[in-house]
Amino acid sequence: MKGPRFIKENPLTDTRLHTLSLTVAAMFLLLLIRLWYLQLVEADSFKDLSESNRLRIVPVAASRGTIFDRNGKILVSNRPSFTVAAIPQEVKDKETLFDRLARLLGIQRAELTEKWEKGKGRAKYHPVILASSITRDQLEILEENRPGLPGVDVQMHPVREYPHGTMAAHLLGSLGEMSEKEMASELFEQYNPGDYVGKSGLERAWERELHGANGGRQLEVDAMGRVLRTVSEVNPSVGNSLVLTIDLDIQKSTEEAFGEQAGAAVAMDINTGEILAFVSKPDFDPALFAGRLPQQQWNDYLADVRHPLENKALKGQYPPGSTFKIITALAGLEEGLIDLNSTVDCKGSYVMGNKKFNCWNRRGHGVVNLKKALRESCDVYFYTLGERLGVDKIAYYAKKFGMGAPMGIGLESEKSGLIPTMGWKEMKYKKKWLRGETIPVSIGQGYVLMTPIQLVSMISTVANEGTVFRPYLVKRIINQEGKTLKAFKPEVITRTGIKAQSYRLVKEGLLAVVNEPGGTGGVARLSEVKVAGKTGTSQVVKLSEKRGPAPYKYRDHALFVAFAPFENPEIAVAVVVEHGEHGGSAAAPIAARMLRKYFEGKGAVRKSVRGGGRMHSGTDDETPKSEVVTPEQEPVEDYGVKHD
Amino acid sequence: MIDRRLFTNFDWGLLGLVLLISGLGVINISSATASYALSGTPYYVKQIYWIFAGLVLIVFVCSIDYHILEDFSYWLYGGLLCLLLLVLVAGKSSMGATRWLHLGLFSFQPSELMKIVIIMAYANYFTRTPVLNGLGFKELLFPLLLLAGPVLMIMKQPDLGTASLVFMIALSILMFVGVRIATVFSVLLATIPGAFLAWYFYLRDYQKERILNFLYPERDPLGTGYHIIQSKIAVGSGGFLGKGFMHGTQAQLHFLPEQHTDFAFSVFSEEWGFAGCLVILLLYFSLILWGLSVAKRCNDRFGKLVAVGVTAMLFWHIIINIGMVIGLFPVVGVPLPLFSYGGTSMVTSMIGVGLLLNIQMRRFMF
Repeated sequence: MKGPRFIKENPLTDTRLHTLSLTVAAMFLLLLIRLWYLQLVEADSFKDLSESNRLRIVPVAASRGTIFDRNGKILVSNRPSFTVAAIPQEVKDKETLFDRLARLLGIQRAELTEKWEKGKGRAKYHPVILASSITRDQLEILEENRPGLPGVDVQMHPVREYPHGTMAAHLLGSLGEMSEKEMASELFEQYNPGDYVGKSGLERAWERELHGANGGRQLEVDAMGRVLRTVSEVNPSVGNSLVLTIDLDIQKSTEEAFGEQAGAAVAMDINTGEILAFVSKPDFDPALFAGRLPQQQWNDYLADVRHPLENKALKGQYPPGSTFKIITALAGLEEGLIDLNSTVDCKGSYVMGNKKFNCWNRRGHGVVNLKKALRESCDVYFYTLGERLGVDKIAYYAKKFGMGAPMGIGLESEKSGLIPTMGWKEMKYKKKWLRGETIPVSIGQGYVLMTPIQLVSMISTVANEGTVFRPYLVKRIINQEGKTLKAFKPEVITRTGIKAQSYRLVKEGLLAVVNEPGGTGGVARLSEVKVAGKTGTSQVVKLSEKRGPAPYKYRDHALFVAFAPFENPEIAVAVVVEHGEHGGSAAAPIAARMLRKYFEGKGAVRKSVRGGGRMHSGTDDETPKSEVVTPEQEPVEDYGVKHD
Repeated sequence: MIDRRLFTNFDWGLLGLVLLISGLGVINISSATASYALSGTPYYVKQIYWIFAGLVLIVFVCSIDYHILEDFSYWLYGGLLCLLLLVLVAGKSSMGATRWLHLGLFSFQPSELMKIVIIMAYANYFTRTPVLNGLGFKELLFPLLLLAGPVLMIMKQPDLGTASLVFMIALSILMFVGVRIATVFSVLLATIPGAFLAWYFYLRDYQKERILNFLYPERDPLGTGYHIIQSKIAVGSGGFLGKGFMHGTQAQLHFLPEQHTDFAFSVFSEEWGFAGCLVILLLYFSLILWGLSVAKRCNDRFGKLVAVGVTAMLFWHIIINIGMVIGLFPVVGVPLPLFSYGGTSMVTSMIGVGLLLNIQMRRFMF
């Protein structure tokens, strides 16, 4: 396959090589002429420039954009912070300077020298930061003594200010100094080292919009470091602002309602997917991240068993418990397995083979139809239905709601939850699905996991009878002048295709949960607006491990999902109270506060001093009466198995 | 394999020239990095290590008859293409671009080696394919396909400097093989409206901004513009005789960016003046002519093509780097071969020189 290696008349002729040589010579000549021009003709002017070369670049950090709530109330803005820096080439006597600075600022001299050492190896005109976020008092003292501090420069740069403290901390997110890895990424190529960038939440997701463009001044300074003139200047441009879908009032009262409890709550506009409140508790103080986070504080955050740094609304995956019965019920109606009048006789437990699955009410609910089953959250009714459906049918309907996948709310690492199927178990554990495993799934236990975002989306889809909206947090991006740069519109992810009639039947049940005697969610009742909802209590550990008063981390999670008004739904809420034990008593009051606040804002509900929903009496409220703490539902792994 | 003739035909002159340039490079690096606060081995010592590593590579490259390399050209090409793909998938990020591949003890940039391998692939292709009346569009199709893969992948890293160099090297070989005048003109004619269309319909604003800043660094006075101004001040203030070794204020006061790598020549110009620059330019000019003479003396097509390719590689590095430093060309991250600090660049240049020596010492073997 060799080509002609030996060619008598070589087509790559020597003439061509000569032409190449000439081209090469011409190019070198060009370089030489240029060097001649620079080094001989213009040499003197360049010499002058190099001798007086005190061109200095002073970076000017851009202000980040503001974040507003849906009504234009400020959630995050900026305030100026002052930094003391020294320009090495202008510092004549650093020992004296450090002594003076230490005295004036009241800080350790060693601290100054340490920072100075860190700045070594960089250009001598490059400011070395000696102290950051100094107080106004320190600033004044410094300014008064400025003549005695040659080479010292006080720089102003904007830092984040949180007028509402820790409110919506997870949603807004925190800032932090750009990491090495971020510095290397293309996304941040216009950034200066030391820039603060969004590390979590919206600050991170919308970093590009919020950050703004850094500016800088090219200054000419004299030998004393005094600025002679500005050679050129690029003004920083303020980042764009975000107008959120969040309603500050609802957000605030939700957080207040949580008190010291841990968990998450989300409120959503049923007809658009706009998120009205987005709460994760306990929270952290984002302002601490804007400066240097004290190590002790950081350790405390990490050590807290309630994980204050974790965004539970986004990343918390909980067994939905009885709230999942909504989906099981819809699946049964669609498949024609049940109708309004089908009944199950609940005797307090359900037997399959040699296994016994308990109802939360061991005494039994008697003859139960769909409405009663939802109202009183009868487990046996749904065990029966679930077994007839099979796990794959339940999953089929759950997935119509978009469950088992991230909803795409637009924040990083949103979790997908889990909707188990036979195939899934085969793939994951290389084991066959057991029929008995379907039973807990039908009441939202077992392998089923959902995030608070998914919970709110699910109840919202039920309320609007079949449209799954993409939940979203940002309504508009506006520039500094307030001009809208981009407006976000509701987006339909999918439609469930489930018959409106099925939805109506289930919704009747949900209305009964809150409004009828015997309903488990009576706490959420509002007098002026009809609320419909569903309670849930989800198992954290096996029943067998839980005798006597359970320690905090083994207590059940309390859930509540709701929408209102019943006839013309506007708002959906989902509340998870971690280890709150009972949906009706722990989660429903928070949901009631959220709904009340929403309707107060619309003038539909009179302002109440108590703010929460009315307690109502006369129902069992899911709270077992026995001395032993028993869960509402049967445990995950140990299904209350009794070998007969 | 090792023939006495090989030893007698060894081109000591070329090797001497290369070592002379590298030696000047080391001296210059010692000055450029004198003001660095540094722990560990100084840069100029590391550069000496790299020169020795390069010499080992030269011996290695010379020990294999380049005709054997001819047979392996496509394999090397294919292998390196896979490595480039691997870099895109699993490379190490540095300064905003993913170029490095970690191989246990050391890491390297496959894109850099592509400069050599594309030369071999092209030489191999044109050795086997007779070109009668110059290259037309049909004949250019396959060579351009060979080129497109690596260039696109290197651009994706993104490393525009290396990508454009690989492109320039390939283009130089094509021109040497001979492209029909008509083809050259039609390409030029197609490029102009194409560029217009891209500018108005395809490129985003920030991309246009980048291109404009690239062409007119003054537009970006805080970024590349600043670097160019400082570099010009350094070169110009050197005058005829320079400020003297270790006495360049621009360099010692860190006004220059990347002053031991891409802007090393700037440091040299400031301290050694026009006289010094003249010497360096003459040395490089001799190196290029030497490379072309290797091509001229070689009797086979593959050897000629490789020699021209390697010479083109060195030539474009030199022109683009010096052109950038003295403000003639836009700022691209291209090192000055043998002179700038840097292992990868040294290794690539030395492999190139090794190929030239290899071809030179086997010129009488037929």
